[in-house]
Amino acid sequence: MNLSLHYPILVIVILFAGAYLTLLLGLLNKKICYYLAVLFSFVSALFSIGLLLLVLENNTISYYVGGWEPPYGIELTVDPLSAFMSLIVAIIGFLVAVFSKNYIEHEIPLEKHPAYYSLLQLIIGGMQGALMTGDLFNLFVMTEIFSISGYALVAIAQKKGSLLASFRYLLLASIGTTFILFSTGFIYMLTGSLNMEDISNLLPLIDNPWVMYSGLVLLIIGFAIKSALFPLHTWLPDAHSIAPSPVSVLLSALVIKIGAYSIIRVVYTVFGERLSGGFEIIGVPLSWMASMAILVGSLYAIFQTDIKRMLAYSSIAHVGYILLGVSLASTLSLTGGIFHMLNHALGKACLFFCAGAVIYKTGKRNISDYAGLSSKMPITMAAFTIAASSLMGIPPASGFMSKFYLGLGAYQENWFFLAVILIGSLFGGIYFFRVLATAYFSSEKALYVDTKGPELPLSMLIPIVILAIASLTFGILEDVPVTLIEQAVELLLTK
Amino acid sequence: MIDLLPPNLPYFASIALLLIGLYAMISKRNLIKKIMGLNIFSTSVLLFLIAMGYREGGAPPIEAEGVTHYVNPLPHALVLTGIVVALALTSFALILIINIYKEHKTLDSEKLKNL
Repeated sequence: MNLSLHYPILVIVILFAGAYLTLLLGLLNKKICYYLAVLFSFVSALFSIGLLLLVLENNTISYYVGGWEPPYGIELTVDPLSAFMSLIVAIIGFLVAVFSKNYIEHEIPLEKHPAYYSLLQLIIGGMQGALMTGDLFNLFVMTEIFSISGYALVAIAQKKGSLLASFRYLLLASIGTTFILFSTGFIYMLTGSLNMEDISNLLPLIDNPWVMYSGLVLLIIGFAIKSALFPLHTWLPDAHSIAPSPVSVLLSALVIKIGAYSIIRVVYTVFGERLSGGFEIIGVPLSWMASMAILVGSLYAIFQTDIKRMLAYSSIAHVGYILLGVSLASTLSLTGGIFHMLNHALGKACLFFCAGAVIYKTGKRNISDYAGLSSKMPITMAAFTIAASSLMGIPPASGFMSKFYLGLGAYQENWFFLAVILIGSLFGGIYFFRVLATAYFSSEKALYVDTKGPELPLSMLIPIVILAIASLTFGILEDVPVTLIEQAVELLLTK
Repeated sequence: MIDLLPPNLPYFASIALLLIGLYAMISKRNLIKKIMGLNIFSTSVLLFLIAMGYREGGAPPIEAEGVTHYVNPLPHALVLTGIVVALALTSFALILIINIYKEHKTLDSEKLKNL
């Protein structure tokens, strides 16, 4: 038996099996749950790397779950885009599992550890499933899996307000998933198929475009709620800032990207052939919403006093950048948008890790409490600076390159979008420099005085340093991701 | 226009339920009523899927001799999965509500907003 044939399903199944094993073994020993979560997410990440190498050779891999061939069975389709996203999810998921050890001991009572680590693997597995599936209904199921795990993870710390934040998230996001199911019904009614490849071949034969457009719009609204696109973002600031920091990393760096990825998948792969030439009907409203998201998200972030809330609003703005690139639909802008997914995932994960490290060490989360922190936590603040400069778009950090591609793509379309990107980056500079200035140049004495012992436990320091280095590396060696992304974009646009 | 109604009654009913559920989720102050609204909202989609699979005079989708006209079985599979998902969602939401009540001693969303 050739194992490499089964990589797509292994990436997902290992995490789901791990989730249940963790819960079971957690009955015997609550301490080993952490090691199980790290082990399973590591093995899944290895398979994800293997998958990417396979995809680089073969372009697109199809896997028939249970040997049932489409259109009857469920198909997993791994193209360069999903392999690329899958690797981001796997690596950051693994780092979150590593980071969790001390932070979770600090914040969550021991009897909830098995549930936490089980949900952690479930949410990563759900995201991997949503990335790889080639079946519209399966996409809905996987979306529900990672969403429900997400609601539970927001509520798990049971701090003040976390239950209400989780409830709000649940109400809004389940409207989104119901829309996705509704529109799956629409599309099934039109085409009689649920397989994405099959649907994209059948849709051009449909005479009545309006039923199709209503299905498409419902799908996009559903995934826009998941990815917190501007007018639908209201659940995000509470949920992302109140959740425990490793969970904030998962939600902010990964979960909202899956929404954006699904929009790409639906618009380009499923509807690509049908829409070719008539893309404006979706692209124009989407690009204006994305521009508003950039401006409004950045503007709100400037006025926040809580660091995690500021980062949450900044996530709304960065979803705007990604979807602006997606909606402009040129090779350059789409490359920029997908590249920005990588950079925002790395940068925002690092920033939330740093904010979590400061909360772990000092218990403070107000920006004014960061005064003088640079001398007490030098490595953390250095990583914070690198990640922040990446999200602001300062070279040589990687965010500059993706904003550069985005800007080029936007300029081809309309100078207004270029102005939006530049103004958004300026606002980004304002809110990040406020934190950096407080940490590095404030004359006030740091509140936190205990400098004995290491700065942070190794399990927290290593993920932070890895992400900061990765942010720098991809800025200098931008060829490595860009060649892969260009391959993915070519496949999407030629559809 | 009115003659469209009888053959499409299930679809109109599902849209009506969809809007009722959405209205309840937005305007009801009690959190449990919001969840009831959510349930109506997701059930309307299940009705839509069931109506889609129905064939006039169709037999159950089990192969039998002499029967050629079946109802479409695939929406049933979708609906079953949809029910399971809605069950998980509802049970989790109700547990959240129990904990919210324990913490704040109220389920009124207007009062909870001011906390």
